Amino acid sequence: MLEMHAMAAIAGRDVLKFFRDRGRLVAAVIFPFTMIFLLGGTLQLNLGKSAGFNFIGFAFTGFLGMTLFQSTAQGLTSLMEDRQNDFAQEVFVSPVSRYSIVFGKILGETLVALVQVIPFVLFAWMLHVPLTPTHVALLVPVALLSCFMGGAFGLLLLNTMSDSRASNQIFNFVFLPQYFLAGMISPINVLPWYLAALSLLSPMRYVIDLARGVVFSGTPEYGRVVLLSPATNIAVLAAMFVVFMVAGTTLFVRRETSR
Amino acid sequence: MAAAIEVRDLVKRYRKGTVNAVDGVSFDVEQGQFFALLGPNGAGKTTTISILTTTLGLTSGSVKIAGHDVARQASAVRREVGIIFQHPSLDMNLTGEENVRFHAVLYRLYPYRPLYRLMPAAYRSQIRELAEVVGLGGEIFKPVRRLSGGMRRKLEIIRGLMHHPRVLFLDEPTSGLDTASRRNLWQYISDLRKRRDITICLTTHQLDEAESADRVCIIDHGRVVAIGAPQEVKSDLVHETLHIDAADRGALRSRLHALNMPFSEDGHFVVRLDGRTAYEVVHSIDQPLTMLRTESATLEDAYLRLLAGEDA
Repeated sequence: MLEMHAMAAIAGRDVLKFFRDRGRLVAAVIFPFTMIFLLGGTLQLNLGKSAGFNFIGFAFTGFLGMTLFQSTAQGLTSLMEDRQNDFAQEVFVSPVSRYSIVFGKILGETLVALVQVIPFVLFAWMLHVPLTPTHVALLVPVALLSCFMGGAFGLLLLNTMSDSRASNQIFNFVFLPQYFLAGMISPINVLPWYLAALSLLSPMRYVIDLARGVVFSGTPEYGRVVLLSPATNIAVLAAMFVVFMVAGTTLFVRRETSR
Repeated sequence: MAAAIEVRDLVKRYRKGTVNAVDGVSFDVEQGQFFALLGPNGAGKTTTISILTTTLGLTSGSVKIAGHDVARQASAVRREVGIIFQHPSLDMNLTGEENVRFHAVLYRLYPYRPLYRLMPAAYRSQIRELAEVVGLGGEIFKPVRRLSGGMRRKLEIIRGLMHHPRVLFLDEPTSGLDTASRRNLWQYISDLRKRRDITICLTTHQLDEAESADRVCIIDHGRVVAIGAPQEVKSDLVHETLHIDAADRGALRSRLHALNMPFSEDGHFVVRLDGRTAYEVVHSIDQPLTMLRTESATLEDAYLRLLAGEDA
């Protein structure tokens, strides 16, 4: 119970920092506007008819999954920032378990990511992406799973970084290819074998596909848009989450004291 | 009763290091003592403190804090210690109170609530009381980035003491502070020692801050080179001297020779006291003196002498 309060304090700090950062708040509105209105709208007008499905809905689910996954993963690297700013010392000398620190951090970044996707959902709804209350209700657990997956992935990456600069470089290297391999804005139904193999390794692919499985469920386009059944996506994400969390937390705890 | 701090043959070699950063250090600190760990940059002070506060693993040896082993009972150790770090470890995005609240929840003192007004009444009254004691007052509710360096240090001390630690580590607590803030801070720490039976372990470059310590330990190149009460360390290394002169220097010189007192001449006579009091020496000289001055060694003199010897 006491550990729960510590996790809540760690998570609460991240949420507070987000709401006090005007730049991040503005970006949370401008980014979805740019991606859904401008990019999604343009693609729908030019490619939507030939593709045979709602491209705004396709782009919406792509950016939704990417934002949830990447925002949480990148948020975890603020542990690196804390270490450089010496605040991490305050956390690491406290009697809170290292596992609670990690879980609290993932929880906080999950809440931040969830707040960040609210404008996405509103813009998608304004552009007539067919989102019913049932879709929105089903997207909540999907969003949570996506964030947890991003958190576990970010934790694993954190152990490969030495400072904030390295973290930016590694993130570009790791996330940019996933935009294409996960089919964020371009379909990946047909890929050469080597890209298909790389695509299967991308955690973002399963996150986005799961969101599409919810938003496109019951539509005639489902078979052309969704790659795997939601059950398969959930099973793969759960397995990846367990592996990344165990490896990431073990490495993180060891690294903190075994310098 | 167990010693507050018990360090035995402590060795730390960093993963990429070629030499030991700490190389067989041993010392004890009794409960309630004011202990100062001194040494030049890179001597191993911060590494030692990091191991003692469980943020760094040791290579070999053993360390116990309030009877708990740092390697096996890290969580119990963390509950017993408070730390004021060399570099301020406050979150600049939060207010002073939010930083303290974060600490209080992490140390399991109070349940977490997202707003100050939702925190238990006991917490709110403790915050108000501590803010008044250190002279922060309402400033504690301001963003930390708007506070002065001295206020931030006081805030860190409030935070470090919230959970009533038995051992308080001060890692160069006055670095970056102006003279007035330094004096203020030491006044507060001195008052604190009078009020609570708290053990203080200080590392500092300001050797005058260690003069009032019960014991000092000087380390260099990861090894203990002197340990004891400041007076013992000083008397082992630097001699207290009496500076005298007389109109009839020849007579005074003869008298000092007759008394078998070691002395040197530097425009006047410098007599080593070697355990004698200045009164005893002056009393045994019957010539009228034109100059009379005693010179006591400072810890800094002893420290510099010691390190000069180490480097030689």
